[in-house]
Amino acid sequence: MEDRLSRVFAALADPIRRDMVARLAVADATVNELAEPYAVTVQAVSKHLKVLEDAGLVSRSRQAQRRPVHLEAEVFDLMTKWIERYRREAEQRYQRLDAVLAELADDSESQTQTREEDAS
Amino acid sequence: MSTTTHHETTIAANPDLPTIEIVREFDAPPAAVFRAHVEPELVKKWLGPRRLEMEIVTWDARTGGEYRYVHRDDQGEYRFYGSFHEVRPGERIVQTFTWEGVPDGVALETITFEDLGDGRTRLRGVSVFDSKEARDMALSSGMEVGVNEGYERLDELLTAEK
Repeated sequence: MEDRLSRVFAALADPIRRDMVARLAVADATVNELAEPYAVTVQAVSKHLKVLEDAGLVSRSRQAQRRPVHLEAEVFDLMTKWIERYRREAEQRYQRLDAVLAELADDSESQTQTREEDAS
Repeated sequence: MSTTTHHETTIAANPDLPTIEIVREFDAPPAAVFRAHVEPELVKKWLGPRRLEMEIVTWDARTGGEYRYVHRDDQGEYRFYGSFHEVRPGERIVQTFTWEGVPDGVALETITFEDLGDGRTRLRGVSVFDSKEARDMALSSGMEVGVNEGYERLDELLTAEK
């Protein structure tokens, strides 16, 4: 599990691979279609694909010659969970800060009230 | 937006820079949010993870001042320290942050308090680490998972998930 997440992050460290993932998020594509916008060989694109495949980010179907590349979007859940945990911790911290700020507001209100009562 | 709105905390970890940016709004004026960051008895009430007890050893929140605190749980102690580089009342705090467990690592944190009017504040905290690896370690701290490489715009992924 840990290794898988590390592989996903490593796979996405490369801008070309991130771009390929972004395009596959729209639709499946063949290797040739994926290679089109890049000034690199189909072989180089195949290598990038292999990295994405090993990380579990994409799969190749067995559809005769076409063999389109498919994005395994659920892998992103792993990454999302990873940062979500940090976000949740920060959120809990800030909810406590909300409570402190509410107390501060109550304090200043009651002080004002006390002063008003003293004055009357 | 009403005062009962639940505020979302957003986090962005840039794939190309060793930074973490947190943004959160509060239903309190900048002066109050600032106070909660500089008065130790207020800081103690919210800063640490809930499961940990926080002891403030030193807290001198002024430009050129310093801080040092300890978080404790049944597993042990976690000690942190840093300098207050700049403390500008109601506007911003710039400080360093080091966990003694990784004494060679230091993050530079800039916290700004933006006045949104109507007694509301947008807090923005940017932490700059000395490497992406250090940033990822900080993000994954407390987790069994250690991630040292690679990144995607996770904030965008989070948004896409909604």
